[in-house]
Amino acid sequence: MPHASLALNTPTGDEVKTTTCYMCACRCGIRVHLKDGRVRYIDGNPQHPVNRGVICAKGSAGIKQHYSPARLGKPLLRVGERGSGEFREIEWEEALSLAAKWLGDIRKRNPDELAFFTGRDQSQALTGWWAQQFGTINYAAHGGFCSVNMAAAGMYTFGGSFWEFGEPDWELTRYLMLWGVAEDHDSNPIKLGLGKLKGRGAKIVAINPVRTGYGAIADEWVPINPGTDGLLAGAFIHELLRMDRIDLDYLVRYTNAHHLVIRDAGAADDGLIARDADGDALCAARTSGAGVHRLVKAKAIDIEPLVVGEYRLADGRIGVPAFHLLAERFLSNEYSPEAVSERCGVGVETIRRLAQELAEAAFDQAFELAQPWTDAFGRRHETMQARPLAMHAMRGISAHANGFHTCRTLHILQMLLGAIDAPGSFRYQPPYPKSSPPPNRPGKSRKDNGALDGGPLGYVQSPDDLLVDAAGAPRRLDKAYSWEFPLAAHGLMHSVIRNAWAGDPCRIDTLLMFMANMGWNSSMNVGETQRMLCDRDAATGEYRIPHIIYADAYASETVAFADLVLPDTTYLERHDCISMLDRPISDADCAADAIRQPVVAPDRDVRPFQDVLIDIGTRLGLPGLVNTDGSPRYPRGFAQYMVEHERAPGVGMLAGWRGSDGSKQGFGEPNPGQMARYIEHGCVWEAKVPDAGRYYKMANRDYLEWAKTLGFVGSTDAMVMQLYCETLQRFRLAAQGHGKTQPPERERARVARYFDPLPFWFASLQETSEEHRTYPLSAITQRPMFMYHSWGSQNAWLRQIAARNVLYLHPRIASRHGIADEDWIWVVSPLARIRVQAKLHSATAPGTVWTWNAIGKRKGAWKLSGDAPESRDGFLLNHLISELLPTTDHAHRYANADPVTGQAAWFDLRVRIESDPEPRVPGHRIEPGTKDAVQ
Amino acid sequence: MTSLPAPSTRKLGLVIDLDICVGCHACAVACKEWNDGGAFGPLPDADPYGAEPHGVWFNRVHTYEISGIGNRESGIEKAGAARKSPCASSIPHSPLPIPAATQSVHFPRSCLHCETPACVTVCPTGASYKRAEDGIVLVDEDKCIGCQLCAWACPYGAREFSAKRGVMQKCTLCVDRIYNETLEPHDRQPACVKACPTRARHFGDLGDENSDVSKLVAERGGYALMPELGYQPVNRYLPPRPRRDASQLKPTIHPEPSDETPMPPLLRWIDRVLSR
Repeated sequence: MPHASLALNTPTGDEVKTTTCYMCACRCGIRVHLKDGRVRYIDGNPQHPVNRGVICAKGSAGIKQHYSPARLGKPLLRVGERGSGEFREIEWEEALSLAAKWLGDIRKRNPDELAFFTGRDQSQALTGWWAQQFGTINYAAHGGFCSVNMAAAGMYTFGGSFWEFGEPDWELTRYLMLWGVAEDHDSNPIKLGLGKLKGRGAKIVAINPVRTGYGAIADEWVPINPGTDGLLAGAFIHELLRMDRIDLDYLVRYTNAHHLVIRDAGAADDGLIARDADGDALCAARTSGAGVHRLVKAKAIDIEPLVVGEYRLADGRIGVPAFHLLAERFLSNEYSPEAVSERCGVGVETIRRLAQELAEAAFDQAFELAQPWTDAFGRRHETMQARPLAMHAMRGISAHANGFHTCRTLHILQMLLGAIDAPGSFRYQPPYPKSSPPPNRPGKSRKDNGALDGGPLGYVQSPDDLLVDAAGAPRRLDKAYSWEFPLAAHGLMHSVIRNAWAGDPCRIDTLLMFMANMGWNSSMNVGETQRMLCDRDAATGEYRIPHIIYADAYASETVAFADLVLPDTTYLERHDCISMLDRPISDADCAADAIRQPVVAPDRDVRPFQDVLIDIGTRLGLPGLVNTDGSPRYPRGFAQYMVEHERAPGVGMLAGWRGSDGSKQGFGEPNPGQMARYIEHGCVWEAKVPDAGRYYKMANRDYLEWAKTLGFVGSTDAMVMQLYCETLQRFRLAAQGHGKTQPPERERARVARYFDPLPFWFASLQETSEEHRTYPLSAITQRPMFMYHSWGSQNAWLRQIAARNVLYLHPRIASRHGIADEDWIWVVSPLARIRVQAKLHSATAPGTVWTWNAIGKRKGAWKLSGDAPESRDGFLLNHLISELLPTTDHAHRYANADPVTGQAAWFDLRVRIESDPEPRVPGHRIEPGTKDAVQ
Repeated sequence: MTSLPAPSTRKLGLVIDLDICVGCHACAVACKEWNDGGAFGPLPDADPYGAEPHGVWFNRVHTYEISGIGNRESGIEKAGAARKSPCASSIPHSPLPIPAATQSVHFPRSCLHCETPACVTVCPTGASYKRAEDGIVLVDEDKCIGCQLCAWACPYGAREFSAKRGVMQKCTLCVDRIYNETLEPHDRQPACVKACPTRARHFGDLGDENSDVSKLVAERGGYALMPELGYQPVNRYLPPRPRRDASQLKPTIHPEPSDETPMPPLLRWIDRVLSR
């Protein structure tokens, strides 16, 4: 009996606007359907290159984020004690003048007294530039906490990296190996790609201590002990070398495998690449006579380079090809399957078989792609050699103290298989590849106008680029680019609050945070971190961190610790720029950038943070934000900046539709109609890579010429992958007493050890301590797909999927401790113990316990009720993670981080579990430990 | 007590590929969003920011760790055996195919738009009905008295009672999208299908053996959920493909280890002629 009236042709809304999603870092294109001025429906934009019309759970739940009751409504000024959450509402003028007063005083006194840290905001092209104009070196974003090891290891090794700088060849790969990939970066493109691979019958292998999401659909799950991926990858390299299943031609064409490394122990250039008078790297090459070689420029073509042996240099010293050194290292028994098996938790036979499978995929399933191309040296080739073996890696690799070297090991494994930017392999996404490392160094000193001489973040090339004082001590608050963390390309967000509190290495006046929930899940040792935010100087009675300004759209945990709260809009209420200067959204076949446009007007007294930042900067008269007469350069805020700002002549935030008539891309004068053109095109711009330039981008003239026209590369010279990383050796030499910039005595041994130009594996930095043996389990986190990178799981729909987390552990481990499913137990680290509910999970490696991250909330935050499961039952593992390593011989405590990059090593966490006398009584609790309290 | 129409030739339904479902909940939330503001909404939420948030969802995703059954006949094979008749495959007593080895399976669950749905025949008011033209099972809220007999009758748990509205709600197969002439033709598909990021969900006419979905079911051994109960579900699930893990591979021969050769291993590359 049909409906009396069934309306089947009702329009979705009365208007559709396109914009870019902001529910995670994936940045999909969305269509927002509006009805009566309200958001009725959000779906994926079928024309958008990132998501091709699909949308994830977070994206669809964006409507609830937009209308969340946790949205802030007006600027707030603290009236109670810090942390109490007592504020009074103030007008914007008062808020902005107060901020400008604090910051203005700092800028006159010492700009470095401003520490400006942002979250996963994707606005770094603006915020980093702003910090540079302000003149503070103390700026960074979320990367140091998240995945700088992936970015830095990739950029120093092959001028690209996983996630935003590259992707598997979803169309052609026959074998995909996922390392430490949870349900994360990047969300929808990986899912679309996995669907394609499964449909095509490609094999997928997931190496991960936990099998969830992507691992669940993989052909094979390899449960590995956390932090041992570098060892497993090293064993794969061992096996490939042993079986002679490597692509040596690829190595000499595209990497520095044949470059001669000077062997002259004790010399100032020991371990550097031998160079000729022009500064060009040398190699030994075969000549026509048997057994005869000559030294030639390594970049020469049509030569026959030698990759093993010892060769006499012109000055009589010995040079050894980089490959020779690499092979020596990884052929050693240290990396044999038998040697690594137990530690990795992976059987010897499995290691051998997987190594063979990698070789079979790369070599036995190889084919020639019928695509003519011209290499960087002008030689035409009729086909492209395919290597249908791809890898993707993410945070499981990154968040360990050995993550930088592990990630380098993975890239070198791919190089040995000829599987970087070959058809079927990992592929660069424009504007990558860049030279390795890229030329932009971090700014060090201030110009006459107060601005830094470079962006606050960049890539150091040698010890001379470090931000250290005359005594070699750190200059930056977070100790990035110091001898403690020399290649800290994304800063160390996790050290900021502690260091500011301790005045180590310096005091600051104001901590300005944007979307960085550093009072909660973007810090380790959360309880102490919150205490530090509220702590007062005993002598003066003033807060040890004098001013805290926080910008957020929502009442997140950190809001309660701010003195001044600047309420941001939701992502549907503002302009944004997904710029090629920041974190691009390109795919391997298309360069792309995008915008957000406001699709609804705010119904609260809130302002986009980008506009606020420009407003404050204008009040301060920052260079670039005011005209010569002092008038505002961008009175219409960020929307105007996006279009009119030029970083260099012709180069702006957006690459599309430049030039006065919109006919140019990449370079071109600002186009007043640019924004309109983006909106006409679904808020996204794309430039397709020419067919002949789709692979071997690092040495493909068809690609490089195209990339140069867009400003992605400065020259069309081939880029050389760093199998052997000479930059690292420069630091090691300094530690050994060479050069004008040398580490303080305390740091020498540490730098010498970790700045190995070839990757190596080392155990967690905590593992040598006594405590380690008392804590036999690894504890890690993963993000559920429906909340991955989502800014707040208070979302009314998403929290119905999971409003609390549990601790997953293998049934065998549970049984050993007499723990039954759903018992409440204690998880104990040296720092604290937390009471959590256990859930037995056979798809967890027995040596690991884990939980979903970032579901646990602080009571009272996010406008959740006091008895919300997020705070009542849910928990953060961060409470157990120390932000510092145990004391060293020098009574010094380093940050709990990778010694090369400063990446937070939160996956190095070791714990033990204890039963509770009343396992069936629910309730989460945190109890501080007796050790490691704030010192 | 509501009668069914004569069996329709057109049987619209979903085909869900368990081989590539990663359990991301995209389908569930897209469904919730569309229908909350659509012709069959709202889908109320109770206690959305409180202790026990819950609400009406037409589509939910469950995750199971399934122990393999070793050498016994597996569900995968069983499903595969039914290829000739896409509407008759059977996996007794299990909504899920039983894999050879332990697997994590994500299982989206919604109305299966049965050919002989008990939820309709049990309805005392005629609110629940099956459309003659395409087989979609709907609830006319104007006639629903909220007695919940249909929820008891449905063995698949596909019906959701809204206490707030006092009516039964369920998957409509996005009937207000699929025929909606105000949408672009490519958007005329259920919200869950359009959203699915791995493209694990397919929509079409399972009554037409030449339709894309019917071909997919035939090719992949798609199965109906608990057909032995007799309600003849229209929706189909595609079982996980056999995994190519260690158990599926033939033993391989390892090349001789290099340390058994008299030459130092590096020397084998000394005479290798490489070209740059």
